[in-house]
Amino acid sequence: MEFFERFAVPHPSPAIYASMVAIVLVSIAIVVGITYFKKWGYLWREWLTTVDHKKIGIMYLISALLMLFRGGADAIMMRAQLAKPENTLLDAQHYNEIFTTHGVVMIIFMAMPFIFAFMNIVVPLQIGARDVAFPRLNAISFWLFFAGAMLFNISFVVGGSPDAGWTSYFPLAGTDFSQSVGTNYYMIAIQISGIGSLMTGINMITTILNMRAPGMTLMKMPMFTCSSFISCIIILFAFPVLTIALIMCTTDRLFATNFFTSTDGGMDMLWANLFWIWGHPEVYILILPAFGIYSEVISTFSQRNLYGYKSMVGSMVIISLLSFFVWTHHFFTMGQGALTNSIFSITTMAIAVPTGVKIFNWLLTMYKGKIRFTVPMLYAVGFIPLFTVGGVTGVMLAMSAADYQYHNTMFLVAHFHNTIIPGVVFAMLAGLTYYWPKMFGFMLNERIGKWGFWFLTIGFCLAFFPMYITGLDGQARRMYTYSESTGFGPLNMLSFIGAGLMAIAFIIIVYNVLYSIKNSPRNVGDEPWNARSLEWATHNPVPEYNFARTPHVASSEAFWDAKKKGHELFKGEIEKIHMPNNSGVPFIMGIIFFICGFSFVFALWIPVVVSLIGIFACMTLRSFEKDDGRYISADEVKATEAKFGGAKS
Amino acid sequence: MKELYPAKQVGGFVFSLFLTVIALLVYFMDMSFTLAMTILVVTAFVQATLQLVVFMHAGETKDGGAIYLNVLYGIIIALVTIIGSLLILIWDM
Repeated sequence: MEFFERFAVPHPSPAIYASMVAIVLVSIAIVVGITYFKKWGYLWREWLTTVDHKKIGIMYLISALLMLFRGGADAIMMRAQLAKPENTLLDAQHYNEIFTTHGVVMIIFMAMPFIFAFMNIVVPLQIGARDVAFPRLNAISFWLFFAGAMLFNISFVVGGSPDAGWTSYFPLAGTDFSQSVGTNYYMIAIQISGIGSLMTGINMITTILNMRAPGMTLMKMPMFTCSSFISCIIILFAFPVLTIALIMCTTDRLFATNFFTSTDGGMDMLWANLFWIWGHPEVYILILPAFGIYSEVISTFSQRNLYGYKSMVGSMVIISLLSFFVWTHHFFTMGQGALTNSIFSITTMAIAVPTGVKIFNWLLTMYKGKIRFTVPMLYAVGFIPLFTVGGVTGVMLAMSAADYQYHNTMFLVAHFHNTIIPGVVFAMLAGLTYYWPKMFGFMLNERIGKWGFWFLTIGFCLAFFPMYITGLDGQARRMYTYSESTGFGPLNMLSFIGAGLMAIAFIIIVYNVLYSIKNSPRNVGDEPWNARSLEWATHNPVPEYNFARTPHVASSEAFWDAKKKGHELFKGEIEKIHMPNNSGVPFIMGIIFFICGFSFVFALWIPVVVSLIGIFACMTLRSFEKDDGRYISADEVKATEAKFGGAKS
Repeated sequence: MKELYPAKQVGGFVFSLFLTVIALLVYFMDMSFTLAMTILVVTAFVQATLQLVVFMHAGETKDGGAIYLNVLYGIIIALVTIIGSLLILIWDM
């Protein structure tokens, strides 16, 4: 019995026990359901072993939506707790766990896979490739992310959630102050999915450099591909820092090393430093592909080419470089001198300049355009003013002297939600609606989608704008309650109402998906949006080989040229197509990584060693495996094309 | 005969051995900490550049420019990270 005591939750509550029961019941229901409908074979063949970039993208998408709801549930609980003074809905420990998991889930397990979903689905199509450069590595990336996400999500029912904040600052995150295994979960789950992210970055860079269609030079790539490319370069340089910092932290917690301890030569501030050396580029990793999606959406629905392509690319390159030069602005109050703070204030303000260039480019793209207010365009149009507010408050926070007033208040919380929600979440929802026909061959309902947009936007403004005021009045973040005399009560109630509206918006979005699956017409054709870039030059949904013949490209808007200027996109005969084989190894490696991570969290060394051997065995197996892929014959391609209503010309 | 004899590689090999010997002197000779570290840093960087150019063949293909640009980008970010961290945590703390 003693052995199992370590898995108990150290600070339980009825809600946690209810979640345990719910998790068990849902798992049983899923297993029974799949068995009853005899879908195990289908699941294994079509999804678990797939190396197809579109299917991996869809799996990323589903995981991201699931995690959005998990993180959203955390958010609602926090807002409910703060809705009135001296509330007792949650106690301090639960509140700590909830804001920690909210942050980690939303950034690492919601925003990142959402970005990767679109990179996977859209980038190979936009550059006219059959798949990514390393299809099997891509599958491993996904399953590592998934293993990390699941490991993190079981923390609250097995062993206890991390509770040191999503930044997990030392000495709080050290073994002296965080005795439960929660912070081990944080370190190891993020480590596993971080390895996956790093591999995706490498994979996408290679894909974009080597697999572009003939004629597509680097400056003729569609904007989303360009932004993904730059974002992946940031991944490549930023994630190794996180990997190392997490290893140091893990050894501190499990093997009693002294990297981040306050005594014995350790330096607790080094963790904050390393965390933000990764953490600040990370927010640009998220926002640049989002900018790419807005660029696609805005130029499509304004029926104009993107204004200032070169300045867009240039500003993203500058952002990518500057994103590594600003990390200190996250801890201006840590005690370093005025010189350091001044340097990082200036670099931080400088980064607003290229971002501003992009805002003006989008506005000028819309100027004199024939704007159609579809759901994706609504999100894009809503993004511009809201994100600008977030950016301007960012410049306020960038002033290091003033930051002593703002630091760790609700003002900061309002600021970063004000950039991430309109910046990233709106972009993801815009992309979801925009690329839905590309993925599934039917449209999401526009009317319900617009309801979702308005609920989300109004809810967002109600939820976060009051925080600017309470923050300036001195409400600290991460405080689980406040007294009535502070006067924060009414504005926090308003925030709670806003959060409720946002929750309704997400329910509307899910309802929209279900409604559209049932009711949407299936014959949307290949071009539902009158779009411009290359991904729309193939069928909806995309056949597994993407393009029957390799496209020949002359500009960043190849499809528009083909439609309006008579550019010949596809030349020659349909030939046999070389495709990669499916493989079960990535999925198995994901499971082994999960077991390894779980054992690591609880310091069970025998399973750790066994599963590490398993991981290396999988890698060795792959080295000796001879896999030349397979061919889809020309006849098969022709038959598929005929089913879609004839080959594209 | 000239293209059959890899003069560049052999020269590079000898030079890399030479650099290793210099670095080893730090261990065998009695010198100040500053001087020792300077020698180690300089020989390490020259050694890394040598390996990259002579034995990893950077710059010999048509994407040589891109490779050097990448390396430069990496070095800039590494330097900014290290100097920035030293500035924050030691020099200006």
